[in-house]
Amino acid sequence: MNDMTPWITFALIGLGTFAIRLSFIEFYGALRIPPMLRRALVYVPASVLAALVLPAVVFKAGQPGIDWSNPQIPAAVVAGLVAWRTRSTLLTLAVGMGVLWGLRYLGGVIG
Amino acid sequence: MHYKSAMHAFTEGVRAVLPLMTGMVPFGLITGVTAIGIGMSPLDAMGMTLLFYSGSAQMVVLQLMQSGALPLTMAVTALVINLRFLMYSAALAPHLSDLPRRKRWSLSYLLSDQSFALCSLKFGTDGLGRFAFPYYLGTALPMWFGWNLAVLAGVYLGTGIPESWSLGFAIPLSFLALLVPGIRNPALLGAAVVGGALAVLVHDLPYNLGLLVASLGGVISGLGIEQLRKGAPVAAEAP
Repeated sequence: MNDMTPWITFALIGLGTFAIRLSFIEFYGALRIPPMLRRALVYVPASVLAALVLPAVVFKAGQPGIDWSNPQIPAAVVAGLVAWRTRSTLLTLAVGMGVLWGLRYLGGVIG
Repeated sequence: MHYKSAMHAFTEGVRAVLPLMTGMVPFGLITGVTAIGIGMSPLDAMGMTLLFYSGSAQMVVLQLMQSGALPLTMAVTALVINLRFLMYSAALAPHLSDLPRRKRWSLSYLLSDQSFALCSLKFGTDGLGRFAFPYYLGTALPMWFGWNLAVLAGVYLGTGIPESWSLGFAIPLSFLALLVPGIRNPALLGAAVVGGALAVLVHDLPYNLGLLVASLGGVISGLGIEQLRKGAPVAAEAP
């Protein structure tokens, strides 16, 4: 990957995002979302976000298989509960990172 | 509500969006810190922020950069995440499409979840007419400045944070914070469970294709559950 590749990628994503935002505002009356796509779009955020979260939590970089002693797993479970109860981004991040650091520290002390 | 002037509509928009910004600031900070944490230069991080103006797409790309995905995978995934803006654009179009191109294009770049939420409610109850644009700008401009300043602050904080803090874990955590409150019914829960489980199962597919397979599986499950639940009450009423 040469030096310009990330910038070209970022520019394409920026342009694509702009085009999506502009779509109906620019072509009002001429464009219509097919009903099936409209229904499917409702499930895109939940599905994609979950598909990003789970592998990032259970797998360690460069290691095959799931290591159940990975402290990221309990940290994410607790953070998920906090997100559910409080709906606060800040608390979710603070508690999740706190549990991860706490378990690492304990692991270091015990192990 | 009746607005006396464009300025009045703008101020009301600002007033409506300010409480929503409290959730955006920590997300912006973390985005900036994470970008530096995975080894981006401050210039690259801010360029990305200005080009995308989309926190979730930016976090997705950061995560994919960390796992060494192909640029094409990054672009496709980021744009799939941003497909929701199609719905926002369609919802706001009846109120904002009559404007000159300069205004249409700038308001489109500024479109965010928060502006959409506020304006679709507002325009739905009382069409604001010529005050729709200033009200929209009132909700959108503070978001834009707030977001970019929050990321910038994160970029400066990030340069002082050691790697042993494993701030990369903030990416899945921030997705959790977006994901969990959005699960409002069994169909959405099904989409998330299937999407997540499939992503773990097909993790070994090349080029991060697993992400697309899993996302598609999640969406189909959500649609399926929605369909089943629609059928259920009717079946229950039958003798």
